[in-house]
Amino acid sequence: MTETTLSPETTAPAAIKGKSLYALDDLTRIRNAAEKRFRAYGMTAIGIGLFFLVVLAYSIISEGMPAFSRTVMKVEFTLTQEQYDAAEKELFKTKAYESIFISALKSQLDASGISVPFDKDAIGRLVGKPGGTIRSFYKENPDQLGKNVAFELAASSRVDGYINGRVTRENMTDSRFLQKSDLDIVDALVKAGIIVNVFNWDFITGADSGVDNPGGAGIGASVVGSFFMMLVVLFLSLPIGVAASIYLEEFAPQNKITDLIEVNISNLAAVPSIVFGILGLAVFIQFMHLPQSAPLVGGLVLTLMTLPTIIISTRASLKAVPPSIRDAALGIGASKMQAVFHHVLPLAMPGILTGTIIGLAQALGETAPLLLIGMVGFVARGYPDGIVQGFIDPNSAMPAQIYTWAARADFAFYEKAWGGIIVLLVFLLTMNILAIILRRRFERRW
Amino acid sequence: MPLFWLVLIVLALAAISYTVGRSRALASVGGQRSKLHSLPSYYGTNVAMKAAVPAFIILIIWLLAQPFYVNGVVSGMIPDSEIAEGSSRGLVLAEVHRAASGLDNAVAQGDMDEEFARNARADVADVTQRLKDAGQIVTSQITQPILRAAQEYRVLNSTGNLFMTIVVLTIAVIGALWGLKETTPEFRARNTVEQGVRALLVGAASIAILTTIGIVLSLVFNTYEFFRLYPALDFFTGTTWAPSFSERGGASELGILPLLWGTIYISVVALAVAVPIGLFAAVYLSEYASPRVRSIAKPLLEILAGIPTIVYGLFALLTVGPLLLSVFGDEGVGIMKAGTAVMTAGLVMGIMLIPFVSSLSDDIINAVPQAMRDGSYGLGATKSETVKQVILPAALPGIVGAILLAASRAIGETMIVVLGAGAAARLSLNPFEAMTTVTAKIVSQLTGDADFASPVALVAFALGMTLFIATLCLNFVALYIVRKYREQYD
Repeated sequence: MTETTLSPETTAPAAIKGKSLYALDDLTRIRNAAEKRFRAYGMTAIGIGLFFLVVLAYSIISEGMPAFSRTVMKVEFTLTQEQYDAAEKELFKTKAYESIFISALKSQLDASGISVPFDKDAIGRLVGKPGGTIRSFYKENPDQLGKNVAFELAASSRVDGYINGRVTRENMTDSRFLQKSDLDIVDALVKAGIIVNVFNWDFITGADSGVDNPGGAGIGASVVGSFFMMLVVLFLSLPIGVAASIYLEEFAPQNKITDLIEVNISNLAAVPSIVFGILGLAVFIQFMHLPQSAPLVGGLVLTLMTLPTIIISTRASLKAVPPSIRDAALGIGASKMQAVFHHVLPLAMPGILTGTIIGLAQALGETAPLLLIGMVGFVARGYPDGIVQGFIDPNSAMPAQIYTWAARADFAFYEKAWGGIIVLLVFLLTMNILAIILRRRFERRW
Repeated sequence: MPLFWLVLIVLALAAISYTVGRSRALASVGGQRSKLHSLPSYYGTNVAMKAAVPAFIILIIWLLAQPFYVNGVVSGMIPDSEIAEGSSRGLVLAEVHRAASGLDNAVAQGDMDEEFARNARADVADVTQRLKDAGQIVTSQITQPILRAAQEYRVLNSTGNLFMTIVVLTIAVIGALWGLKETTPEFRARNTVEQGVRALLVGAASIAILTTIGIVLSLVFNTYEFFRLYPALDFFTGTTWAPSFSERGGASELGILPLLWGTIYISVVALAVAVPIGLFAAVYLSEYASPRVRSIAKPLLEILAGIPTIVYGLFALLTVGPLLLSVFGDEGVGIMKAGTAVMTAGLVMGIMLIPFVSSLSDDIINAVPQAMRDGSYGLGATKSETVKQVILPAALPGIVGAILLAASRAIGETMIVVLGAGAAARLSLNPFEAMTTVTAKIVSQLTGDADFASPVALVAFALGMTLFIATLCLNFVALYIVRKYREQYD
């Protein structure tokens, strides 16, 4: 090293004549430039990292927000008992309702002073078959006959795409789903306040729909699946993790077996998550015959996966409790077990909980092992009937649901996938903020 | 569910034993606590422990052993002639299980009474028809021996469960009585309880070992099964990956080399992105940044590590893929055919690994003693010269360890490659072509209605085994290097 830094120029500054001491010589300039360059590389690296973060956040938000709104057609009209009876007598009952709907739409348009020519087929392309919806509404609520009812009919997914900018006049082609001329009607209806964007509660509370109905897909059922899974993970990994850490940190003798356990834990922390999926498939489903696609099994697999993380963080917080606390407890006659459980553990609890929440957040976002045990998105067809069913009935989890949507061919599902990611990230953010608050409020420094 | 009730009853017994044991201890000294060896609650806990622990141990052993015994008996009932060509005893047994659970469900729904379900002289066609009527999925080829075996299976299981309940409850009661008998003022209750708690702690700690054993066993058994159906040499040296789901996978070509190539290629691209960026970021954060900048930039970078991989997968599929396609696709350079490619997955995986490399390297650079920096500055070196000529050489082993850990992360990563890399297995040098990896193929072979007896599904376990061994070796070397390095400066 000395050979490179002590080059002749630097050892003999006197050789440079007629120059001020303050003027930098060539070598110093080169070295300073190198210094600046190096610094710039570092800043660029940080900049690139943060740039990716911003791009990621931007694409999640911009692509995901449309999933939270849906386009509906708001039409108000009154159906009298006579009209109802007349419609029920017709051969094509829904058609009769449809014409009532269209005349109501026409009068509402006229009232707002906008005129646009439209026919039955065009309306069919915009809102599907409104007749059926209206008929079933009055069948179920006959007391609403003769009263003014405001209907909110879901617009077709293409119209939804047009409103959200996914479909434009330039990129669309005429098809039986939507024609260019329909867009004029849509524009007029938007102007008249009949087609509006409303918050899509169905996305948050609904279950997965079939491949042909992207509009009706919701993430609610898989949120419930994730919730039951997290319950399993919490109630297994917290006690087991704490017990294992207490043993390793406070009681374990220095021997081969302890070493073996420690090596195992640090290795399991680095085993790919998909291997845990294989373990779950082979042990819990093939061998123990637990039900497939059940949140219980998912929870067990994720427990095994998060245990190393929880053990590592719990040991760190146990280690942070000063030995004087233990010594004081032992000094007044407590047994070692009492010293640990009555004094060390309560003091380490905030740190343990923080670590557990972070471990849970990690488990919540895990996808690959769940796919192997069958918790794919399309099994999340509805809410479980009860608490026990919540654990053992087939269900999906948020990330697996997002994967299923992303893997479908219909582009409209991509929007749902991004929207699902927003929901998932909201949960993760809440958990992490909770962990930070816990740490700030309760963590003690000795 | 009777098992649930059994557990609940045992727990209730334990709770009762606690109160009885505690009051008995107090009564034995006439309420004078100081005459007891331990606190009264320890006597109670001791009795509860004696009631619950042996009962639960027996319960677990019974639950594990019963299926073995029942399967053994049932499998003996199936004559060899019943096992069709190309089938195996395991498959026929699976058939029996299906038939038995079909009978169970039919009885539960009330479509069949218990008497009929057990009737050994029942006509096969009749039973099958009634099962189908009850909406139970039964394959068409229920034969006489299978039905008999299914009926026997149900009978054995229900008697087994009955015996289990009786044995477990008896043991719980005996344990409680034994604990009560021990409860005398001289009895060292605390020591006994603490020994029990200690055993519990040891048990919790050894779950880590059990998990590893579970992983190894499930991989080894299924891989062995796979190699019986498919020659190992072809698997490790084959250059084509073409699973055929027809004919039970008979005509499949399952060579691992294209998958390994895809895995390595994508990991190399990912590391080529993550290592320079992560390393420079770590150097900047630890040597140049002011505490303020560091306290903002470091957590922000670490957010990247906390984002679930499914998010990165979607980002690769829907944002990065189309972006690369617009530059390198037919409208641009013309070497990229679809959004899913090695480059897409590698780039996004690289982003994911940046914080991983940077925070590990940051720790390692911070562990280099300050004296070495001071010495270098004292000789007139600039900061960058110190970093390049003193700190990085000193931290090199640790950094190599960190990079190896990142590499192990990269080859085990699943969701990004499933969504971003494509599904075609090929051996190609073009980074803009779709390739697939070991992990992606494990997912695709095991999701859906996999039949665990066909090589097409079993190959996933052999792939898993390869992946597990590869990551294990990388982790071992990396952890060894990192630990060795830490000791050097401690």
